[in-house]
Amino acid sequence: MPGYIYPNEFELQWGLLIVLYPYLTGLVAGAFILASLERVFNVREVQPTYRLALLTALAFLLVAPLPLLAHLGHPLRSHEIFLTPNRKSAMAMFGFVYAWYLAVVLLLEVWFDYRKDLVLWARNDRGVMRWIRYALTLGATDLSERSLRFDDRAGRVITIVGIPSAFLLHGYVGFIFGSIKANPWWSSVLMPVVFLFSAIVSGIALVLVIYMLTTMFRWRKVDVACMDKLAQFLFYAIVVDFSLEALDFIHRLYEAEESIQILSQMVESRLFLSLIVLQFLMGTIIPLIMLALVSPGLRKGGFVRLPPELKHLTYLVAAVLIQIGIFSIRWNVVIGGQLFSKSLRGLTVYKVQLFGIEGLAMSVALLLLPFVILWALVKVLPPWMDEAPGEAALAAEGPAAGLPSQG
Amino acid sequence: MSTARFDPTRSRSEPPASPVLDRRRFLGEAAAGACAAAPFLLGVVRLPAAFGQQPDGAYDASEHYYGMGVDPRRCIGCARCVAACKTENDVPAEPHFFNTWIERYVITEDDAVQVDSPNGGLDGFPPLTQANVERTFFVPKLCNHCDNPPCVQVCPVGATFMTEDGVVLVDDEYCIGCRYCIQACPYGARYLHPETHVAAKCTFCYHRLVRGQVPACVEVCPTGARIFGEVRGRATPLARFMRFNQIQVLKPHLNTAPKVLYANLDGEVR
Amino acid sequence: MPQQVPRLVFVFAVALLAMVIARWYLVPDTFGDIGHYRAAAVDSIAARPMKYAGHQQCTLCHSPIQEARLASNHKGVRCEVCHGPAAAHIAAPMEVKPSIPRGRDQCILCHAFNPSRPTGFPQIDPVVHNPLTPCKDCHDPHAPEPPVVPESCAACHGEIARQKLVSHHASLECEVCHAAPVTHKSNPRSARPSKPTDRSFCGACHAIGDPRAAIPQIDLQTHGQPYTCWQCHYPHHPEAP
Repeated sequence: MPGYIYPNEFELQWGLLIVLYPYLTGLVAGAFILASLERVFNVREVQPTYRLALLTALAFLLVAPLPLLAHLGHPLRSHEIFLTPNRKSAMAMFGFVYAWYLAVVLLLEVWFDYRKDLVLWARNDRGVMRWIRYALTLGATDLSERSLRFDDRAGRVITIVGIPSAFLLHGYVGFIFGSIKANPWWSSVLMPVVFLFSAIVSGIALVLVIYMLTTMFRWRKVDVACMDKLAQFLFYAIVVDFSLEALDFIHRLYEAEESIQILSQMVESRLFLSLIVLQFLMGTIIPLIMLALVSPGLRKGGFVRLPPELKHLTYLVAAVLIQIGIFSIRWNVVIGGQLFSKSLRGLTVYKVQLFGIEGLAMSVALLLLPFVILWALVKVLPPWMDEAPGEAALAAEGPAAGLPSQG
Repeated sequence: MSTARFDPTRSRSEPPASPVLDRRRFLGEAAAGACAAAPFLLGVVRLPAAFGQQPDGAYDASEHYYGMGVDPRRCIGCARCVAACKTENDVPAEPHFFNTWIERYVITEDDAVQVDSPNGGLDGFPPLTQANVERTFFVPKLCNHCDNPPCVQVCPVGATFMTEDGVVLVDDEYCIGCRYCIQACPYGARYLHPETHVAAKCTFCYHRLVRGQVPACVEVCPTGARIFGEVRGRATPLARFMRFNQIQVLKPHLNTAPKVLYANLDGEVR
Repeated sequence: MPQQVPRLVFVFAVALLAMVIARWYLVPDTFGDIGHYRAAAVDSIAARPMKYAGHQQCTLCHSPIQEARLASNHKGVRCEVCHGPAAAHIAAPMEVKPSIPRGRDQCILCHAFNPSRPTGFPQIDPVVHNPLTPCKDCHDPHAPEPPVVPESCAACHGEIARQKLVSHHASLECEVCHAAPVTHKSNPRSARPSKPTDRSFCGACHAIGDPRAAIPQIDLQTHGQPYTCWQCHYPHHPEAP
């Protein structure tokens, strides 16, 4: 029997660009929470990834508004969100959450963590890099014991503030969807929570992948303890995330509200590949099993002992599958919410364009852009522990030697 | 002047009596009409463009609070309202942009419900293919101009709003085209205008209301399925509609408080 | 105070100042006057031109037609439904003329038979009802009462007639059960046909003992008491479950 959609529902309103946006902000929140593990909870093993996680978060946060701007009907009017925000609108308030997170949390945290090294690097640099690094210090070149202690304490405070801010950053995106009572696929109390935990999963997985690949490209050895710890936390995060999604699923089936018929139809037909195969099987179950067996999450040393290279390869594959899975979650939420009619009587289709501002090419470019920015950030602010100037340099040169101008 | 009452005794061969064909009367009335029309025809007197304005010319929004009544039992699915709305409001002609549209419901004896709206009703409705039809009827749909509008709640910049007289409007020059309001509307009443790239929807023909006219869809409905007026206190056709009908609204559980009130709405209508 | 603090404070102060200045310049003047929106938007929307003039405008020049129409069955069918938007005609009556539909298309939009239309609405089958003849040759659009009384009830009760035609009651004429006064066909709402009032009416054919064996027979005393027959069985399609 043919279904029915409201005539105006013919065109999907939020497409691939809007799928990209929660994916990117999720990575930001997840990477930051991973960084906070070391700073606030003193998980020493993940220290090698601390700065990398921060820079990753920054790179992705800078790109995150771009898909939104590209999607707007009038991007040149986007400043209106900051000038006349509707306080009742989740989207408007999110503009301020984003600004808070970027300016007060992430930029400040990076600045406080890198200030000392920027000063030390700037002393030995020549040319453009010297000026860039000097400018980034904002002229605060005092490396006395008191200043460094202030840096450390300020960074700690900001990280503590940053954890709920990261929760807010991505939880808010979940709320933007979860508060739409008109859409039974979106409207749910669990939406912000599911978004947040899937963000944590994807963030940890992303940092794992980037750490492994960058270490390999630099011809260094990966820190085994660090990788094991990352995998362990990744495993715990997946368990929580999977439990939440299973809860949502069971709850829907049990209550069997009016929308269950059309939603089941949608999952079985339109979303079969992206939900059952990509999100559930490939993105959750398989990585869960892999990490359960190999990582120290459940049992020290894992259930299956593998040589380190193979173990790390397993982690890498699991992390990549997880990225695909989390992207599929975003797809299933955003696109899935628009594939069925609000009349609950029919389904429609989403045709992804190849080119054009909402096309696949644009999305791929926006997915690659954070890595380009990360590359630039890594050039100016190398996160590698073995390239940090360290205490010896500080002792040798003194707190305020050889800089262009003082104060 | 005698009116042309239907006379069953008259046979088919005789032409019907009509006041216009009565020659003497015609000439007399033509002369009178010409005298009345002459000033306008000669261009000496022009009707004000907004005839029907309040006597002092100023429209006071705080004196009104508009709503609409819809009686699906009267709707014949002719879709003249859809056509008039598209003309009056320059709605794009493509079959997926509508400020108002007509749905046809076909409920068969096995409790199956089928709904269709080919080009909003403008293309007519194809013949029924179902057997054992239990109920079938038409339902006009439009923006409900809710008193508790979810679309206004979610607009990030204040580009959509409810006026003092109860009409939900979109500011074309302020909307950023984020489409959040379109997602938030439970009734599918909104769309993104393909040329201006802003949200668009039924405006209750606000530009007609301020001039004392009714919306275009109400003006052209031949069976009186759409009733327009004030929801609060004043004596308008809507007041009678609200008094003498059992009133339903679409999706009451969402608490949007629509101001488009349906009488005799079948429970299968979403 | 560590060196970092005044420098950071300075940077943030500059950013905030920039936002304040931007807000001063960029927020539209009328924003917030009435509510959280640009009040000028209401005025610009209210100033849009009308395309439909409203039927009161037509009366100024075309009052005889209006009066005829208002006394006829088309009293709810206002001028612009058939003649299209007329605001341009009101503004320039001699230069711009509304269209006059002379074919069959316009009338068929409303009057072609469609089972979803409410019962009692006059409908015809355009294929068999005087095909190729313009409707206005027999029906004055401003006083459209048919030139002759419709022969069968099906003219207005098409859905019922069609359902009955494929049912077991196909051979029963409407008049068997409904006595319609002669004036019903000209004044349907004021002179209504009768409907049977008790079970014995249907029992005249369906009670046990009727010699016509093909007719289903029931015991009138016990079957479906205390309901009347049509509370369960739809007389126009009695074999429906």
